[in-house]
Amino acid sequence: MLKINKAKWAELFAALSAQGTLYLPAEVDGKVDFTVWQDGTEVNLQATQTAKSIKNVFFPQIENLLDFKTDGLKLSVEQRMLPEEDTIAFGVRGCDVCSFEVLDKVFLKEPVDAFYKARREHCTIVSLACSAPDETCFCGTFAIDATNPGGDVTTWLVGDDLFWQANTDKGKELTEKIQALLAEGDEAGVNAQQKATKEIMAKLPLADFKIDPKIPAEQEKVFNSAIWKQLSDSCLSCCACTYVCPTCHCYDVRDFEIDNKVERFRCWDSCMCKDFTKMAAVNPRVSRLERFRQRYMHKLVYFPENNEGTFACVGCGRCLQKCPVSLNIVKVAKALGVAKDV
Amino acid sequence: MQKIAELIKKEAESLLKENKVTAVWAWQPGEFYYDNSPVCFTAPEQLDKLVYNEFCPSNLGKYLMAGSKKNETMAVFAKPCDTYGINQLIKDHRIKRELITVIGIPCSGMIDIKKIKNQGVKGIISVSVSGDDVIVTTAYGDKNFKKSEVLLAKCMSCKGSDYMIADKELGEKMEVKCQKLNPEDGVKKLEAMTSQERFAFWQQELSKCIRCNACRDICPACSCEQCIFDNQEAAVAGKASANTAEEQMFHIIRAYHVAGRCVGCGECARVCPQGIQLGLLNTKFAKDINEFYGKYQPGADDDSKAPLVDYKFDDVEPTISAKGVR
Amino acid sequence: MCNCGSKDVLTPQIGVVTEIRTETSDVKTFRIEKPEGGKVFDFMPGQCAMLSAPGMGEAIFSITSSPTTKDYMEFSIKRCGEITEYLHAIEVGQQIAIRGPYGKSFPVTTEALKHKDLIFIAGGIGLAPLHSVIDYMLANRDDYGSIDVVYGARSKEDFVDYKELSEVWPKEKNTKVHLTIDKAQEGWTGNVGFVPQFLKDLKFTPDKTVLLCGPPIMIKLCLAALIEMGFAKTQVYTTLEFRMKCGVGKCGRCNVGNKYVCKDGPVFRCDEIDELPDEY
Repeated sequence: MLKINKAKWAELFAALSAQGTLYLPAEVDGKVDFTVWQDGTEVNLQATQTAKSIKNVFFPQIENLLDFKTDGLKLSVEQRMLPEEDTIAFGVRGCDVCSFEVLDKVFLKEPVDAFYKARREHCTIVSLACSAPDETCFCGTFAIDATNPGGDVTTWLVGDDLFWQANTDKGKELTEKIQALLAEGDEAGVNAQQKATKEIMAKLPLADFKIDPKIPAEQEKVFNSAIWKQLSDSCLSCCACTYVCPTCHCYDVRDFEIDNKVERFRCWDSCMCKDFTKMAAVNPRVSRLERFRQRYMHKLVYFPENNEGTFACVGCGRCLQKCPVSLNIVKVAKALGVAKDV
Repeated sequence: MQKIAELIKKEAESLLKENKVTAVWAWQPGEFYYDNSPVCFTAPEQLDKLVYNEFCPSNLGKYLMAGSKKNETMAVFAKPCDTYGINQLIKDHRIKRELITVIGIPCSGMIDIKKIKNQGVKGIISVSVSGDDVIVTTAYGDKNFKKSEVLLAKCMSCKGSDYMIADKELGEKMEVKCQKLNPEDGVKKLEAMTSQERFAFWQQELSKCIRCNACRDICPACSCEQCIFDNQEAAVAGKASANTAEEQMFHIIRAYHVAGRCVGCGECARVCPQGIQLGLLNTKFAKDINEFYGKYQPGADDDSKAPLVDYKFDDVEPTISAKGVR
Repeated sequence: MCNCGSKDVLTPQIGVVTEIRTETSDVKTFRIEKPEGGKVFDFMPGQCAMLSAPGMGEAIFSITSSPTTKDYMEFSIKRCGEITEYLHAIEVGQQIAIRGPYGKSFPVTTEALKHKDLIFIAGGIGLAPLHSVIDYMLANRDDYGSIDVVYGARSKEDFVDYKELSEVWPKEKNTKVHLTIDKAQEGWTGNVGFVPQFLKDLKFTPDKTVLLCGPPIMIKLCLAALIEMGFAKTQVYTTLEFRMKCGVGKCGRCNVGNKYVCKDGPVFRCDEIDELPDEY
């Protein structure tokens, strides 16, 4: 176990940013969000969570894929360069680290999404263990250990010291490059913090929130539940939940005409939007109830069915914080009897 | 507030049991005391879930639109500020007056949980409110606040305890006790800027927009069946814009569309996940309209002529071209 | 044309339209080859491809020609939206962006269909995906039993591939074509009536395997008719239609239940569809 004192963090960030574009949580517009580090960035490692997830490092909100050029009857297509930039995602909480595994199951499944893969391979994840969980956190429901969040390197903030442990080859490679800044550290402080944090988590309102893994067998019953109407009636379909969710990955592919070429890009989309499934003749999900149901069935039932029981949720709690009418996956799961409050 | 909650439950029960309405809009609790959700109750058995406390900021009026289209009889519990929005929806012919029963409920201000959390409060297990004292029990110890210091911005500029529309009023009217905010103060600061400063301010503010459309979806004045911004063929649906001008235009266009009909309920600013100061924009429009056309409060009644637009049933309905423009 | 080393799953190839045939008032068949000649890619019957209208986007279409046709691919496309409008307006010689093949094909190489007696039921443009299967089977005639094609359209002008239906297929070994139109018309001496009733009138024995494709209401009614006639859902294959963007099961658009119509479909056996939520 290595460590680095607060006094040297500015040097640490400078050294890391020399190895790649460094993303870390910082004060931005009155909120804490992942941003590219520069000299003078107000880094914030105390905030339990960033307002938005860091999925845009691998899956940007807008990604230009290719360009078309027409010349009479001729058409040419040129794929954009795959991202080659090395990046470091620093200060990623356990929930967000696990969200990458959910996204991997989508984008790295055959046929592989080359853009996602390139970004993923070029990124070193430096996670940050939690020590002050919030009431909206429920990563424990998905067996995520917030006190040992994984990633290529795991860090723990204990007092003024940042403890540092490389886990993977990528992590070890990065550690070697900044070795000079790190000193030997004693695990005792880390262990004590992990214990204290787990004790806090046990007191939180969602500590006993469990999602029933046997759901696929009762899929039809859940799908046809009368509860969907009452739940979806209050929903505004604003899609704020989709936007902040680290595992939501639906996207649209659109064309944009500019100058004398056409850019084809991909952008975030939400299954809750009105036109998501609209076709020329018919829209299979024409009502809000159907779209609302689809999002939660996908996260709680269909995705786990296709992915060995992994839910498309990591318990980060952002939807609990952002929904204008306080709807969220916890309420849905409980209302449907999908969840068990032990 | 607990007494009011009991009165609301009783009223809802009698409305449903006596079949006076088929649906009652109120709130139900969440996990943490502060995360109540709007909900539609359709049977008396569901009412043990009904809640009313210092965390019920939502204006329920807009939810009546869907039921009104299907000719359903509905009841809604409306705080004084909510009644303005309901009047506006009636005036815009989005809700049929004869289908709804508006029950006025008193309010002494709703708490903004973000104001509490921004002071570093985490791990909230429960909240209890008594008078002006707010005790937040957290996994890290108890924290005390004064309700008057953690109210929603819209409550700090409360328009008063009178109901603009109510078939019945429950309980005694209440006042919001706090350091009042005049929304026009923020606007005056804007007006004192040079036009370049103002432009830079709005460019910065509006570029935070993520086009979630929550502001539009909650606004009582924004009730178009087919919103221009949902028209895929108009290419402003904003899934991804090529530049941020589209976000900025969305807000300016929306402000123009609701000008003269914005009731100042403050919901748009409250629901914005990015914290954009939408109240400033709409208040500026309202202030200008008051100056140009005389003081007018939209939503104070359901039939007076608005300064800019009135919607009538025989207005021409624009046909949205199926082929689009390219 | 890719300058980066690794071709992404959403990057299309360039093909060229070498022939366009007008089938009906709103259906055209497009022949697409590589600019230097030959098929752009290989595929199996029932699979689809994404065609681009640069500036408007992409849409997924069933490949209507059989893979046994060596030199080109064909698509019979109905004009019913923005992208099909663009396609209907292009000329021969137009280069076009295409990617595929996508989806699960009809199981023509397995015992599910091999050596079975088959009934193809189609309505309107629904013949397009089945056309690929029929031609494939006719090219490998001895691997399959009897073939009955039941096809209905609004009027006789609305039959897609009329030439094949009337002149080519009926001449094949053990192959019959049964046509019907919705309403009586001058110059038509064939059956008049909707497909589901026509199906019942043809009195097929329930020992055959069925491939069914058409508007959702027709599929529903035909399936009901087949069950009435003693067929089991495990004997009937159909295709589902859903809006698609990526074509590879990632963007989420065509997700129904635990399936992605682009990847796990569009061909489904009717008992598999029973397991999906009622959303199509």
